[in-house]
Amino acid sequence: MRSLVVVAGNTFKETVRDKILYNLVFFAILLIGASLLLGTLTMGEQSRIINDLGLAAINLVAVIIAIFVGIGLVTKEIDRRTIYTILARPITRVQFILGKYLGLAFIIAVNIAIMFTMFLGTVWVSGNVIYGSLFQAVELILVETLLVMAIAMFFSTFSSSTLSATMTIGVYVIGHLTSDLKAIAEKSHSQLTEAVLTALYYVCPNLELLNIKGQAASGVLVEMGYQLTATAYGVLYAGLLLTGACLIFQRRDF
Amino acid sequence: MDAIVVDGLTKTYKPMWPWLKETTVLSDVSLSVGQGEVFGFLGHNGAGKTTTMKMLMGLLRPTRGSIELLGVSADNVAVHARIGYLPEAPYFYDYLTAEEFLRFYGRLAGLPCETVHQRVPQLLDRVGLTEARDRQLRKFSKGMLQRIGLAQALIHDPELIILDEPMSGLDPIGRKEVRDLILSLRDQGKTVFFSTHIVSDVEMICDRVGILAKGKMVTSGRIEDLVNEHVAQSVEVVCDGVVGDKLAEVKSKAIRILQRGERCLMILPGQDHLEEVLSTLRHAGGKLVSVIPHKGSLEEIFLEQTNRRA
Repeated sequence: MRSLVVVAGNTFKETVRDKILYNLVFFAILLIGASLLLGTLTMGEQSRIINDLGLAAINLVAVIIAIFVGIGLVTKEIDRRTIYTILARPITRVQFILGKYLGLAFIIAVNIAIMFTMFLGTVWVSGNVIYGSLFQAVELILVETLLVMAIAMFFSTFSSSTLSATMTIGVYVIGHLTSDLKAIAEKSHSQLTEAVLTALYYVCPNLELLNIKGQAASGVLVEMGYQLTATAYGVLYAGLLLTGACLIFQRRDF
Repeated sequence: MDAIVVDGLTKTYKPMWPWLKETTVLSDVSLSVGQGEVFGFLGHNGAGKTTTMKMLMGLLRPTRGSIELLGVSADNVAVHARIGYLPEAPYFYDYLTAEEFLRFYGRLAGLPCETVHQRVPQLLDRVGLTEARDRQLRKFSKGMLQRIGLAQALIHDPELIILDEPMSGLDPIGRKEVRDLILSLRDQGKTVFFSTHIVSDVEMICDRVGILAKGKMVTSGRIEDLVNEHVAQSVEVVCDGVVGDKLAEVKSKAIRILQRGERCLMILPGQDHLEEVLSTLRHAGGKLVSVIPHKGSLEEIFLEQTNRRA
């Protein structure tokens, strides 16, 4: 457990020193610029658009960090051979993978928390209501980001960083289109197309389940049951991917 | 109990396509290193030294064979708490300062915080990096990186230290410092297992040596024993006043004769015909200047063994 915490702590430090948190400056400029531009709109529209924009920006920034930093977590260690001296310590490969994941998860959670606070500040300064649904939406953004991070880590345990990034982005895009996949599969005349699309539907995570930004922006709360089920779905899926990542990593030669 | 016991270690890489031949990089390597010994693992580049060391540390999985470190199977990572390892041409987290770097490795080795705080300045001093303690590793020279690498291998005061090419890339002073460090570790009762392709490094500091060629262990043992066993001990005889026909009588017994004026130097293949040659020279009126038995060197064994494989 101690080794896991040490690796997680070092991953946190590495990410901070890689200046990942600079994205916050970009986010702040985007929010301030948007609120100034949208100041001319009527009250109802302004609130919805600021909420939409703010949540989408938080989601985008968090997912980009999850994909690109998440992939680098393992591949960089292998490419730079820093992994040699780490695994030469009394630490299992599972502890290493989980430590890396938890370190980045922590920094992403901090990142989202700061972005969300800045966003709420903008909503408040622009004189709009802070809806409870915004908190629900950001919680599911966090779950989605943790899931995307697990996808990135899973791919990076057995492929190069470029391939991992491509595959993660692919799964992310398909994950937001799974309901369309099923519909297309049902309408398809080719058995092969139907089989491929159905397989993708079942294998890829349904990330749309975690997307409630649209209704949250208008202040519509989702039921607590849905919130908990969606969270459990995301966490379970991430857990499965991490288990797969650990199993593959256990068998790797360095 | 030996510090390292390797038995029948083999590493084969299977190709991606079934019609290609598999590659064996290490074949049936067995060796043992006693506690408190300095063992030199000698071999050309590509002989399989790094592969063996990586398997010792669990970075590569053997295709066949077994490894025991300090009486424990190498599969058990808990034994790593008692082992220090420096990989070849190491690369470390360059965003950390020297002090942070050693603290990280100390904590990773399971040391309590107080011990880490005590050990870090001691280690920095030992490898001569106290001045650079607050500098990020990205600003370190190659020699400094090698030294901080050695410090991380020693931070948890391990019983067994495994060093892969610890002298590579170092200048003569740096190499001497590493040799002195290895000797001081031996004085503390530690076991050191290190690889190199430079024979003189091994000759100067090792108790025992293993020579690896093309993935096979060609010989191992105490340097003295190896030298006695493998290399014919030649004798150099120098005498004055023996020229012409008189010299021809001993010519068949020597492997090499050099003559400069009155002085003659001859190399005999061993001591078998020494007495006979000396008596011939005396009878011919020669004046004996010197008789020097020549011991073979590890370098000769290394070249002989590795060339035979090549």
